[in-house]
Amino acid sequence: MILLFILFCPLLAAALILLGTPARATALWAAGLDLAATLLAFWGFDRAHKGFSYITSMPISADWRLSFTIGLDGLSLMMVLLTAIVLLAAIWFAGQIQQHEHAFYACLLLIAAGAIGAFASLDLFFFYAFHELALIPTFLLIGIWGSGNRYAAAWKITIYLATGSFILLLGLIMLYRSVPEAARSFDLRVLQSAASAGQIPAAAQHQIYLLLLIGFGILISLFPFHTWAPEAYASAPAPAAMLHAGVLKKFGLYGLLRIAIPMLPEGQRHWAWLLIILLLGNIIYVGLVTIAQKRLDWILGYSSVMHMGYIFLGIASGNLVGTNGAAILMFAHGLSIALLFAIAGQVRERTGSLLLSDLGGLAKTMPIASFVFGLGAFAAIGLPGFANFSAEVMVFFGAFRNGAGMDGFHIFQIATVLALWGVVISAVYMLRAYRATFLGSMPERWAAVPDMRSTLRVPAALLLVALLWVGFSPQTFVRLIAPTFRPYLSAEK
Amino acid sequence: MDSVLPWYVLLLPLVSAAVIVLVTRRLGNVSAFVSVGAAVLGFIGSCLIFGSGNSTAAEIPWIDLRPTFYVPIGFVLDSLSKTMLVLVTGVGALIHIYSLGYMRDDAGKSRYFASLSLFMFSMLGIVLANNFVMMFIFWELVGVSSYLLIGHWFERDSAADAANKAFLTNRIGDFGFMLGILMVWSATGSVVFQDIAGRMGTITSHPGYLTAAALLIFCGAAGKSAQFPLHVWLPDAMEGPTPISALIHAATMVAAGVYMLVRVGFLVQASPQALTVIAWIGTITAVMAGLIATQQNDIKRILAYSTLSQLGYMIMAVGLASREAAMFHLFTHAFFKALLFLGAGSIIIMLHHEQNIWRMGGLASRLRITFVTFLIGTLALIGCWPFSGFFSKDAILALAHEKNMPIFWLALFTAFLTAFYMLRLVLVVFLGKPRSENAEHGKESPFVMSGPLLVLAIPAATAGFGFFSKNFLDVPHADEGSHIVPILATTAMLLGVIVAFLLYRNRESDPLDLAFLRRRMYIDEFYRWLIGATQELLASIMAFIDRWILDAGIVRGTSTTTWGVGSILRLLQVGNLQAYAFFFGLGIVGLIYFAVFR
Repeated sequence: MILLFILFCPLLAAALILLGTPARATALWAAGLDLAATLLAFWGFDRAHKGFSYITSMPISADWRLSFTIGLDGLSLMMVLLTAIVLLAAIWFAGQIQQHEHAFYACLLLIAAGAIGAFASLDLFFFYAFHELALIPTFLLIGIWGSGNRYAAAWKITIYLATGSFILLLGLIMLYRSVPEAARSFDLRVLQSAASAGQIPAAAQHQIYLLLLIGFGILISLFPFHTWAPEAYASAPAPAAMLHAGVLKKFGLYGLLRIAIPMLPEGQRHWAWLLIILLLGNIIYVGLVTIAQKRLDWILGYSSVMHMGYIFLGIASGNLVGTNGAAILMFAHGLSIALLFAIAGQVRERTGSLLLSDLGGLAKTMPIASFVFGLGAFAAIGLPGFANFSAEVMVFFGAFRNGAGMDGFHIFQIATVLALWGVVISAVYMLRAYRATFLGSMPERWAAVPDMRSTLRVPAALLLVALLWVGFSPQTFVRLIAPTFRPYLSAEK
Repeated sequence: MDSVLPWYVLLLPLVSAAVIVLVTRRLGNVSAFVSVGAAVLGFIGSCLIFGSGNSTAAEIPWIDLRPTFYVPIGFVLDSLSKTMLVLVTGVGALIHIYSLGYMRDDAGKSRYFASLSLFMFSMLGIVLANNFVMMFIFWELVGVSSYLLIGHWFERDSAADAANKAFLTNRIGDFGFMLGILMVWSATGSVVFQDIAGRMGTITSHPGYLTAAALLIFCGAAGKSAQFPLHVWLPDAMEGPTPISALIHAATMVAAGVYMLVRVGFLVQASPQALTVIAWIGTITAVMAGLIATQQNDIKRILAYSTLSQLGYMIMAVGLASREAAMFHLFTHAFFKALLFLGAGSIIIMLHHEQNIWRMGGLASRLRITFVTFLIGTLALIGCWPFSGFFSKDAILALAHEKNMPIFWLALFTAFLTAFYMLRLVLVVFLGKPRSENAEHGKESPFVMSGPLLVLAIPAATAGFGFFSKNFLDVPHADEGSHIVPILATTAMLLGVIVAFLLYRNRESDPLDLAFLRRRMYIDEFYRWLIGATQELLASIMAFIDRWILDAGIVRGTSTTTWGVGSILRLLQVGNLQAYAFFFGLGIVGLIYFAVFR
């Protein structure tokens, strides 16, 4: 029941807002209630219980073996928690909306509802459909309330994500059809037990994994399908960027962790080399591209593309340590990038420019904003104390472990070395961006720029507390999500 | 029985930092009180730990994915860490107190003291860590607090740049450090020091692997302890407030690299090749920094280069496989270098932030306490009997004499350089005539600043004697029969003093003009060029490709292909965004239906 509430609360609120209730107040209340309910679910979650909890199932069609089934295990619970936190923060950070205020807030709520639905669905059909539901408001938010070259950006993200979704759809259909007739079902648990019983032939796994990798990959901005992301995030209003980069983009990663890894182990082994090459594209190539950027929002956009590489590395590792790291890194990255986009939005609101050469010394007039951004930047470049660090440690250890020997470095070790160098690269661009925006001498015209409103400390603190919580005690989350992977992945490898 | 005291000592400064950030942000004086209180209590706690025979503390799991991966937060409490604990909290507490005076009127007082507390937390974590990952955690946190403190006066472009430089240089070292940790873990299956020591057999059977791992771990130490070629950040770090230079960039943080190498000595000493490289890196750093120091004009930079040079000695000792000698010099150096920096701070503050030694002069008569204590620090640093530096430097020189003659001669040359540049500093700053308005009117600092100078002068003078140091360390005992090393060392020192006297007594300006040394051997320029030629160039090429080939190419490609979604979307291009998005959603649902259930 509580999960139904978590899922429908934002949907209902969106409907109410469109019917004319005060937009911001309704949205804030709905998001707050949603977070409270999620925390309740988190609190009451039984870690000893195997499989999914909080299950609600409603048959749609017996012939098609289609039913609306939602439920949570540790992994999906973590993702829902992420969504609820970022939703509240995004709504809180939304400033004055000049036009169609109601539609704006309804769109934000719809994105969150779609994401929660996708994370909680135990049914392939709804898993996919909820994500589609969330994409549409994303396009609208960029196209209508965006800035800069917003039509082009909206157009580009639509083409890309639609293509990605289409390829993904093909993959999912093939997955559905790859199991024997009798075992066919949309239910992920049924599919999983068929896969665990070895009913998906290796050749089929190779094909399906590739489709899923490309399909999900485009949604996640896997190199070389990443160019939609920075432009879209630069054009999107800050709350939309927070929700998409922070939460919705994780749908693809979640899909890989939920479907590709456990159901297609053969495919995973077969395509590991390809994934490694592409993810190094994310880390090294995109990392270097980020260094060359001259605008804060583009740096953040590219950095979020780059950091996907680390999550991919954890996924590619194929062992318990790395995969756990990947999952926690999703959570960590979602929070930190949301925080950074939020503050960048605040700066843009005040200065009208995010060109680094225009900015400087803002720490003097915006001490709180610069403090929060600094912590967010520290988190993003993987400094200890924040969730990102603990997750990255697991990713590196996991990836290095794969195929390690003392006679020399193999592909995973080489990839780990390069990915570690990426940590230096991300420190370079993030510290430069921070330096150029907040430190050093300040141009005269920003002398009277006001700091962010004091009420905005609440959502900022919310994101920071979550980051620090996982950073100080990653074990809380390791214990939560390890059971999801333990049946499929060995610790040794 | 498990002791909880180490937990208190470790967490106290963290609590202090948190309280300052969350509660007393606007009340600078309260923040200072909180931070100083935490530091003093930490010192008392450390003394209690030092005095107790207890050597275990409770351990909690940080990440537990046994059997593969287990990272605890746990402590190692042996004589090494207990000594470091007392040293760090002792010097730290003094510098906290000194900061009360130095930072009295600073607008960012709360920020300063919060960062200082954060630093104490991080440094204590390094000292106490019982495993590699925990050490790495605090290692990075030390980097963060150092970044915050170097950049304390963030409105100054030079300070903001220096903070970035320090952080990034350290990150490069940490890249190697992490890689080394991964290699060791991969071979032994553990990150806990004790377990690794017990399983060394699995690595020692692969000498090449071991050497690589040891050298990579040394990279981390080279970053933190500012060894060539990663030394460039330390002189720039002098942009921070002077107490910070004393605490972090002289006495404690830069010693962390040496401490770490001593802690994992079992690993490093297992590889003779790695030891040779480490010894030579230390030697190169010692000589190079000594040479550069002779031509610097900023009082803090001279001390910074002398720190580099002394750290070179310590690393040299590690490379010559004597942990005892390295720790001994680390121990004495912490006192006399903190003393020298605090003395320099006293001068700088009294001269209204004048740092150029050629605009000082004749200060001996006006800043009496500062002068006397500074002189004690100098004598200790140049290794004059019976001051502390004599004994610890002698131990290293004797070691080199025994094991590696080329290194011995270079170390001796460094001793000469040390005496030369320090005497130059003393002569120009304290003697002669005042060479600026400020220098004429300088007055002695308030007691809150001169007090710590007096306290530090005691160990700086006496820490070399056995009655002092034996309580804390296994002091290496030099070969009793041989007097050749101390005689040569004292000769080199006296030579340096005499040359400095001849050149710099009563000078108005520097008679030497060696641009190569003054410009720090052009290493910074070389790095700037290197970064421009590699990273920046690559970055702009990649950015160009991304923008004009990958992006433009693929987008155009997608919209001209005729399959699937591309064509559907193109048909709808004329419509508004909402419409096509909506149709698209519908289309997908239709597609599923069509494909699956036809």
